[in-house]
Amino acid sequence: MWVLLGIAVIVVGFMLRFNPLLVIMAAALATGLAAGLDLVAIISAFGRAFNDTRYVSIIWIVLPVIGLLEAHGLRERARALIDGLRGATVGRLLTGYMLLRQITAALGLTSVAGHPQTVRPLVAPMALAAAEAQAGDLPEAEREQIKAWSAATDNVGLFFGEDIFLAIGSILLIKGLLEQYGIIVQPLQLSVWAIPTAIAAFLIHGFRLWRLDRRLNARRTAEGAE
Amino acid sequence: MITLEWVYMLAGAAFAAFALLGLVDRSNPRRLRNALFWGLMATSMWAGDLLGDFGNGLLVLALVAIGGIGLGRGTRGEVAPVLRAERAAMHGNRLFLIALIIPATALIGTFLFKELPALIDVKQATLISLALGVLLALATGLALLRAPPSLPLQQGRRLMDHVGWAAILPQMLASLGAVFAIAGMGEAVGTIIRLGIPEGSLIGAVIAFGLGMALFTIVMGNAFAAFPVMFAAVGMPLLITGYHGNPAIVSAIGMLAGFCGTLMTPMAANFNLVPAALLELKDDYGVIRRQIGTALPLLAVNILFIYWFAFP
Repeated sequence: MWVLLGIAVIVVGFMLRFNPLLVIMAAALATGLAAGLDLVAIISAFGRAFNDTRYVSIIWIVLPVIGLLEAHGLRERARALIDGLRGATVGRLLTGYMLLRQITAALGLTSVAGHPQTVRPLVAPMALAAAEAQAGDLPEAEREQIKAWSAATDNVGLFFGEDIFLAIGSILLIKGLLEQYGIIVQPLQLSVWAIPTAIAAFLIHGFRLWRLDRRLNARRTAEGAE
Repeated sequence: MITLEWVYMLAGAAFAAFALLGLVDRSNPRRLRNALFWGLMATSMWAGDLLGDFGNGLLVLALVAIGGIGLGRGTRGEVAPVLRAERAAMHGNRLFLIALIIPATALIGTFLFKELPALIDVKQATLISLALGVLLALATGLALLRAPPSLPLQQGRRLMDHVGWAAILPQMLASLGAVFAIAGMGEAVGTIIRLGIPEGSLIGAVIAFGLGMALFTIVMGNAFAAFPVMFAAVGMPLLITGYHGNPAIVSAIGMLAGFCGTLMTPMAANFNLVPAALLELKDDYGVIRRQIGTALPLLAVNILFIYWFAFP
């Protein structure tokens, strides 16, 4: 039962925001010692697993390609695509952005958009403009909400798009971990199972954005009737 | 025959280039640490099989030590925004097409190479195709964009600096899973969890797995870190060994259940708190509040998906 100490170390370590690399190493040592292994055996077991799972870190060979494209304006091009959504209602604008984000993330382009790259300079101001066109001037609290919706939509699009790309960190982590238990799977077998959830995320979040539109439009109508 | 070894040679070369370019990057005050860190990664890729288990363990300890005291970030190679905008207008959507080469090659290769077992190690077809896709995209990009060959490496180094030590987090967590497995973590946690799940209840076990992934992620702020824990505790002993669930489906959707937890926790500061600050929201939790309404139903959907798809 003392091996549970390893879980306690990782939970507390992450909670207290220690450097995750140190936390993982400490958790491995605590778990191994609790199971009666000596220090050399634990370090060897970890080293062996690290060597066996090197393919988890080969995803970084894509960086030179991404860097080349970004130096030639990939992000600026992504911004132009988002800019093309201008003029829609806030719900449609954000739904369109979510779709773009899911598709680009599924292609492995997780960094062409994001909070500093696109949400702050582009999506949030466009969403605010659209919302005010729908419902007139908004009180400060609601302006905040619209901005928060923009950031939330970026997160949902990213999280439930990226796992469809078959060489993203989480997919390779799963492949590496399963292998430690003697189960061999191909990355593609994992990434296709991200598709149902990606569709569900789009539908659920899209439905909530549609309701946001209805609320804003209803207010315009109500004000017009006064 | 082309094996995973070839891919490791390529990855080692990339890390070595990041290390060397980092070493001469005077804009980075910690360039020595960066060079050492990526140099060790290159060593691991190139010579990991020669180092022995204990040698590899020492290499990991060195990586942890350097990453623990912190890497630096160089600004060399940054392209002026005006120039990027100009180039974006010139190249248009071709940029996306070049990027598309990587996943397209990986996908086609995965199926095509199955027919060529004499040429390619079929078990690693996807990863080999991915590396091939990177080389193809690089060649196409250099030709179409008329860029100097040194540019991708320098830009890759710049992006690698931005990722920093977090780059090896997934590999470290996968390795931690090995220590968990050796120590019998699964049996230990499984015994406790089984106290809370009615004996023989498959849906109970699936709910425990999905909720556990989300809860551990909320506490730790990281679904990657929650995964080895929940897999050892419930995924492996109960869902896969006990109920013969499909391991790929249990794991893939289980990870996504964890992502639902990421949407609801201030511990995932990068996604939830940093944007609130960037957008100058008065409410630090403003973004999280907008996400809960999506995260909770989606978590329920994920749990149902595991139940339906993994246990035919």
